[in-house]
Formats: sequence, C-alpha cells, structure tokens
Amino acid sequence: MTWETVIGLEVHVQLSTKTKLFSGASTTFGSEPNTQVDLIDLGLPGVLPVANKEAFYKAIRFGLATNAEINQVSMFDRKNYFYPDLPKGYQITQMEKPIVGTGSILINVDGAEKLINITRAHLEEDAGKSIHDLFDGETGVDLNRAGTPLLEIVSEPEISNAKEAVAYFKAIHQLVTFLDICDGNMAQGSMRCDVNVSVKKIDDKALGTRAEIKNINSFKFIERAINFEVARQIKRLEKGESIIQETRLYDSIKNETRSMRSKEAANDYRYFPEPDLLPVVISDKELEEIRITLPELPKQKEIRFIEEHSLEESEAKILASSKAMANLFEDASTKTKDSNLIAKWLVGDVSALLNKENISIEESNLSSVNFAKLIERISDKTISGKIAKSVLEEIWVSGNDVDLIIQEKGLVQIQDESILEDIAKKIIEDNPDQVNAYKGGKEKLFGFFVGQVMKETQGKANPQGVNEVLKKLLDT
Amino acid sequence: MSIQFKTIKELSSMLQSKEVSNYELLQETFKLVKSYKHLNAFITLNEENALKKARNLDNNTSDLSLSGIPIAQKDLFVTKGLRTTCGSNMLSNFIPPYSATVIENLENAGCISIGKTNMDEFAMGSSNETSFYGNVNNPWGENLVPGGSSGGSAAVVAAGIVPAATGTDTGGSIRQPASLCGITGIKPTYGRISRWGMIAFASSLDQAGPMARTAEDCAILMNEMCSHDNKDTTSLDETIPDFTKDLDAPVKGLKIGIVKEFDLSKLDSNVVKVFEDSKKHYESLGVDFVEVSLPNINLSVPTYYVVAPAECSSNLSRFDGVKFGKRCDDPKDLEDLYIRSRSEGFGEEVKRRILIGSYVLSAGFYDAYYKKAQQVRRLIKNDFDNAFKHVDLIMSPTTRGTAFEAGSMSDPIQMYLEDLFTVPANLAGLPGISIPSGYLDSKPLGIQLIGNSLQESQLLNVAHNFQMTSDWHLRTPPTRSK
Repeated sequence: MTWETVIGLEVHVQLSTKTKLFSGASTTFGSEPNTQVDLIDLGLPGVLPVANKEAFYKAIRFGLATNAEINQVSMFDRKNYFYPDLPKGYQITQMEKPIVGTGSILINVDGAEKLINITRAHLEEDAGKSIHDLFDGETGVDLNRAGTPLLEIVSEPEISNAKEAVAYFKAIHQLVTFLDICDGNMAQGSMRCDVNVSVKKIDDKALGTRAEIKNINSFKFIERAINFEVARQIKRLEKGESIIQETRLYDSIKNETRSMRSKEAANDYRYFPEPDLLPVVISDKELEEIRITLPELPKQKEIRFIEEHSLEESEAKILASSKAMANLFEDASTKTKDSNLIAKWLVGDVSALLNKENISIEESNLSSVNFAKLIERISDKTISGKIAKSVLEEIWVSGNDVDLIIQEKGLVQIQDESILEDIAKKIIEDNPDQVNAYKGGKEKLFGFFVGQVMKETQGKANPQGVNEVLKKLLDT
Repeated sequence: MSIQFKTIKELSSMLQSKEVSNYELLQETFKLVKSYKHLNAFITLNEENALKKARNLDNNTSDLSLSGIPIAQKDLFVTKGLRTTCGSNMLSNFIPPYSATVIENLENAGCISIGKTNMDEFAMGSSNETSFYGNVNNPWGENLVPGGSSGGSAAVVAAGIVPAATGTDTGGSIRQPASLCGITGIKPTYGRISRWGMIAFASSLDQAGPMARTAEDCAILMNEMCSHDNKDTTSLDETIPDFTKDLDAPVKGLKIGIVKEFDLSKLDSNVVKVFEDSKKHYESLGVDFVEVSLPNINLSVPTYYVVAPAECSSNLSRFDGVKFGKRCDDPKDLEDLYIRSRSEGFGEEVKRRILIGSYVLSAGFYDAYYKKAQQVRRLIKNDFDNAFKHVDLIMSPTTRGTAFEAGSMSDPIQMYLEDLFTVPANLAGLPGISIPSGYLDSKPLGIQLIGNSLQESQLLNVAHNFQMTSDWHLRTPPTRSK
C-alpha cells in the first residue's frame, strides 16, 4: 500500500513592533515577569484595546511579498476561552476578515522549487505564559508576552512531506527576516508553528483525518514530529485502526507526539466580532507607501548578485539566502573588488562553520566589519588564504578583531623575496637527494620544497613568492 | 439655607455669591446622604476626599465650569483608589488603579465625586433589584423600585441629595430610572462619551450619560462629559458643540414622529393620557406630530436580548478569580477555581445572561441567533434612518408605567419587556432623553424623545422648552426627616 502525506502549517510569527498589538506596553523579550504589562494587558475592568497600526503595516509587508490580497478593511473577532494566562478570557484575533488574504510562497527542496499557496495571514494577540515549575503546588502567570502581536500564516494543505514542511517554514523565516517584520529568533519563540498532518491512499480523493501538532519552534523538531506522526498514522491505518481528529503535542526528548485533547473535548470558541474595535481601514496611500518601501527580496537579490558580481547561480543563491549573509557579502564588496574571493569564503569556510554548529550568522561571533577586514587582509596579501582560515577559526571562538589576531599571533605574510630566498636556499642545501631527483625529472617534488618552506615559515610565506623563488633556484 | 433639590445652575451661583462655601455645600450634602440612608442608594462614599477637595476650593478659588458641584458616580465607572463594585460581589474588594475618562472629565471640570451609587449588578436589570448590595428605594414611595440599572443615581438626584449623577444606558438604564424617579436623563449618541473605564456590559450598546433635575443641567454636564478619547476607538471624532447654546431656541414648526408600531392601547389608559397630554403640550408650543413607521421596531427587545447577553458573556469572562476580584477559598484545581469564583461572585441575573449569551454564540446556534440579531439590528437602524427623513425627533412614553413595587415582577421576560421603548435607541446608537411628564398616584412618569445621530443639542432644546413651560420636573418627593 502506498500512502500520501498531506500537511498544512499554521506559522505564528511574532511581529517586531515596539509596543503590543492593543496597548502601549513594550514587547522586549526577557524582562522581569509582569514588568511589561499595562492596564490593557491585564484586562482590567473598563479597559479598551487600541489597534497598533505598525502591526498592520508589518502584516501588509508580508502580504505584498507573498503576492497576497490585502484586505484594506479588516476586522477583529473575539475567540473566547478560559486560561490563566489569557487575562480577558478571550483572545482578540481576526476570523472573518483577516488583513492578508490568499497568497503564495516559493520553497526550495533539494534544488527543486515548489509553490505553496497561503490561505490567509491574520493578526492576533499572543497570550502570557503560565509557569508551572517555579512554585510548589502553584502556577505563576507572566503576562509580559500577553498582547504581543502575532501574524498567523495559514498554508493550504499542499505540503507533501517533512522536508517540504521544513523548507516552507524556512522560506517564511527567510522572508519575515528580510522584510524586517520579525527578529526570526526561534529560541525565544519568535516563530512557532502548528502542523496539521494526515495521510491517505494515493488514489483516494478525500483527505484523511488529520491530527494537529501544536507549538513547534525549531526546524529540526518540525521534521522529526512530522516523520513520527506520519509513521504513527500509517501504522494505525495499516492495522485497520482509524485516526482520531485531535490535538497532539510533540515531545522533543522522547521524539514522539502525544494526544493533548480530542475534537470532542475542544473548546467552542464562540467567535464573534470584537465590539470594542472598529474595522481597521488601510488607505490606498498607506498601501502604496508600504509597497515602495519593501526591501529587496531573496530572489531579487540573487539575480542582482549574478548580474553585478558575475557570481555562479549556486553561490548567489546561498549568499542571498539570508539577510545576514547578504550583508556580509555586500559589506565586504565595498572593501575589495574581488567578489569571487568573498563569495568563495562565504559559501565555503563560513558556511561550513555555520553548518557544523547549526547556527545562524547572527548567532555567531562573526561581524560584518570583521569579515570585510579579513577579506581585505587576504586581498592585500597581509595574510595567505591558509592563515586566513586559522584567523576565521579564531574569530569564531573569540570574536576578536582580525588585525589584532594577525598582530598578536605574528601571522603577517612573508612577502620579502630576499627572506624567502634565504629560507629556500637552506631547504635546498639540506635536501640534496630531493634536489637531484627533481632535477632528474621528478617534477612532482616541487611541492615538497614548497611544503618545506611553508613549514619553516609556519605557513606565513606568500605562496606565490615561494613558487617564484623556488623556481628561480631550482630551475636554473 | 437649604441645598436640597437645587440644580447645578443654582448651586453654582450660590457658590459664586458665597452664599454657601464649598465646604458647607459638601457638608450639607453628606448630611443629606445620611438622612436618606434608607434609600440604600450608595455603595461606597468618598466623604473624606470630597470634603478635602471642597476645603481646597475654598482656599484656592477656581473658575472651572462645574467648580465645587457635588456629583454621584454610578459604581460602574472605575475610580482610582475608590472601590468600584459594579453592584457585584465579584468586585466587592476591587480598588481600581485608574479612573474612567468620564470621571476625569467631570473632576477636571471641578466636580466633586461624593460616592458611588448602587446599581443592578453589572448593569443587568431594570429595577435595581439585582444589586449584590441590596435594593434601592425610590424616593417617591415606600418599597417602590427606582428602575435600573442606574437606580442609585436616579434616586439620589430625585431625593435632591446631589444635583447630578452619572449613569450608563445599555438598553434604557438612564432613561427608565429617570422616568420612574421623575428626573431628566439623556443617553447620548453611541461614541459621544468615552467608554474607557466604564466596566463593560455590552460594548456595542453601552453609553454613559448625565442624570439631573433639568435638561439644562444635562446640557451643562454633557459639555464636560463628552470627549473624543484616543483610548476608546469607538469614541466619535466629531466636534462637540456647546450643548447649552441652543437650549432656548423655539421649537415651533418642528416635526415629531409618533411610532405607528408602538401599540399604546396595551398600556394603562392613564399612562396613555399622560402621554397624550404631553403631545398636546408640545402642540401648544407649535410642534407638529406625524405618524412614522418603524416596521421592525417590535423586534427590538428580542434582538437586544440576544446581542447584549452575547457581548456580556464575553466581557465578563475576565472575572475568573485569577487576577482581581473575588476568588473562592481553597480551590482544588483550576476548574474548581473558575467554577466556584464565578458561581459565588455573580448573581442570578448575571448568570442567566452569561448563559444566554454563551448559548447564542455557540457553534451551531451563532447564525440562527447572534448573526440574525445583528441583521435585525441593521434593519432597525435603517428604519430610524428612513423615519428621520420625515421627522426631526421621535417621541414615545419612556416606560410602560410608573414605578412598581420591589419583588412584584418575578418573571424575567416581563422585566425585559420594561425596556420596550428604550432599547431601540441603543440598538441604533441614537441619542434619547427622558423628561418628567406627569404623575399617576403621586408617582412620576416620563416621555422619551429620540433624536437623529449627534442631535443631542436638539433633544436638549426640545426638552428644555417643555420644562420652561411646565412644572413636572420641579416637583419633589415627600421629604423625610431623620
């Protein structure tokens, strides 16, 4: 029996507004509990929400970047349920008329592109946090996060496997950070997603019963959770059991999904239009202003890099893949004309280090200024490529300034021909057998001499200079 | 010197001429409060603070428009540092950290808040019998209800303790008690007065307004209470006129509509006679009456009792025992905390409306009830829009009769029908005023005028003309010595 997987994602993107969606309280992460809470966030009797236009502008940027319809008149609704970290007993969200309508986003899986349609993206307020493990037998409530604006992006069920789901989540991550509407910090929960998974026989027209896996906040866990869930569902179906429509939780430690609540136990959210807020109207002028200030998006950047810097398409794609990567490239480009050198370093050594530790550039010690300096020192021949590698590794650990590292470790490249000649002469004197063999036709031995000079200079000799000097001494 | 039954205008001139000092005025006011303790009209007094403010005013005179005027605040407006209960056990310990915009507006204009008035719990009631703090008595008779939900505010003005009080009106809660207590009360256009700091009952219907002895005083209060408030996005960004400016304008030639669909024959014939007399009175002032049709008006009460409970069921969710207000003792777990805190904190009528509201919003019933009600609401609004193409105002009785005895109306449906004449203005967001128009068995009765959107000045003008040529509003209930 062959099974087909159908996946839809609901991605929650925390918008990087200064203040909350309906109050003037700050949205900064990591403050003392309940210090970023005002009367409105507390849901005190008599308070009223006031919609934050900045959140709308950010949502519209996302909409425009995904070729989506923008609802210039959008409305809020109330979703009613009781929970201690939901102060009003309802969440203000957009049910009937979301700010962003149907759009789409291109994802890339192993070099193949696929268009995933986006059903809608709507604004809503985040809840606070319940803290269960700090107080004995009691639960603490921290409302700092309550009221933080979220953009919930709902995809069509067009994602076919875990890899595509990760690619989709990554594409959203890339886009929202490019658009500067979210800091993209997954560890702080700036992006989270709910995954709807179902399986069906390939020939079946109707979709299978789905399970929703709640609140996953890493690329790795999305992939694992889906793979587990798909396997679980197929196993049940093959045993002749049915799938229960339910909400499940992914346990990253045990790597499994667990039932949280069934459909029957689900809340009736009693949605209705939020009477405290008028419909939010976006004028043509506002829309146009947002449109013209949209930044260059990854695909556009990629094309420009190929055109302006004659890069390979594969290189350009990697460089344009994240804002931080593109910034490193462009900043370094102002210091040296050798774009290919910069690209080679970013695609090669820098990417390798990032992949090894599975971190983003923002999380690494490498700053754009320091990277540009590193490239500058390579191209002005202060250091060799080999030395540069060790300098990069040092930066990775300490974050120290390139020049400081070069100076402190005495890594300046030896370019002086007379010094190189002296060293080369000594090597030749010390290895008469190899010299004879070389002169007798074993040309491969040239590399041996180069290696010896490098060893003698601890790699600081300018490779080109070494070549020239050795050629002069050995070939005449 | 007596300050009882004085209007704002009269008290202002007494203060200005130093016939009475600010402190004396407040002292006398609190004496009255005490001698009318049997009305049970106040939940919390602000005596110490109020006297201090009055003392300060004697030392530093101010030229504010309402300088030194004592006012009673409905206990639905949050008052910073002063307990605000909304008539509920749920908030029996709630001291707000901020004040409502209306409170600030009035106090910034010089008013001195003397205390918080009793009311139906969370403004849900038409007789003030749902208050956790006990019934309010109508000064016009033993054991008579004052109406509701602004029953305490109506009673203190009727008893002449203060010249003015604030009220709120979701389905008639200013106009109905004004009618039953023989005073003047206006519900402005929805959005005229900020709802910031008003504890919400039904957000799309709630509107604050003044209750006073005369239309003129209401106009004076309106000038200070209305404001465009950035903290309330439903507050109107419209110019606020001087509501006193056109009070004296003649009403000759105005057209007032009488609603064809209101079947007055079902009312007590004496009530109808009072209403017909008011019409005649206006006709003598040169007003023309014409019949207007509001085809959907009789759907108002059922529509209201879907929309208002729906909104209240959601608005009252925040009272969950977690952050403020009542929390039950020793909750077993979260569910127990919710269930017992809310069961103990809310009274019967509030629970009834939360249940109705939750029902009409629930999956499977939403379309049949809530959505349908909103559609009917739109039709009612359209009916008014059409009517106002032909008439300047619409007039009706405010209530079906005079004040009834406490405990005499036990059927909730009968109680809901009390709102028959007042609810349509809330559904349509229109301004409405009730003024005293007669007495039956020494119990007051009012007429209601409904104006087009933002036409409060006209309402006040028409009401003022009535009061300049009649004395119903000047009558006072029998005073009681302590």
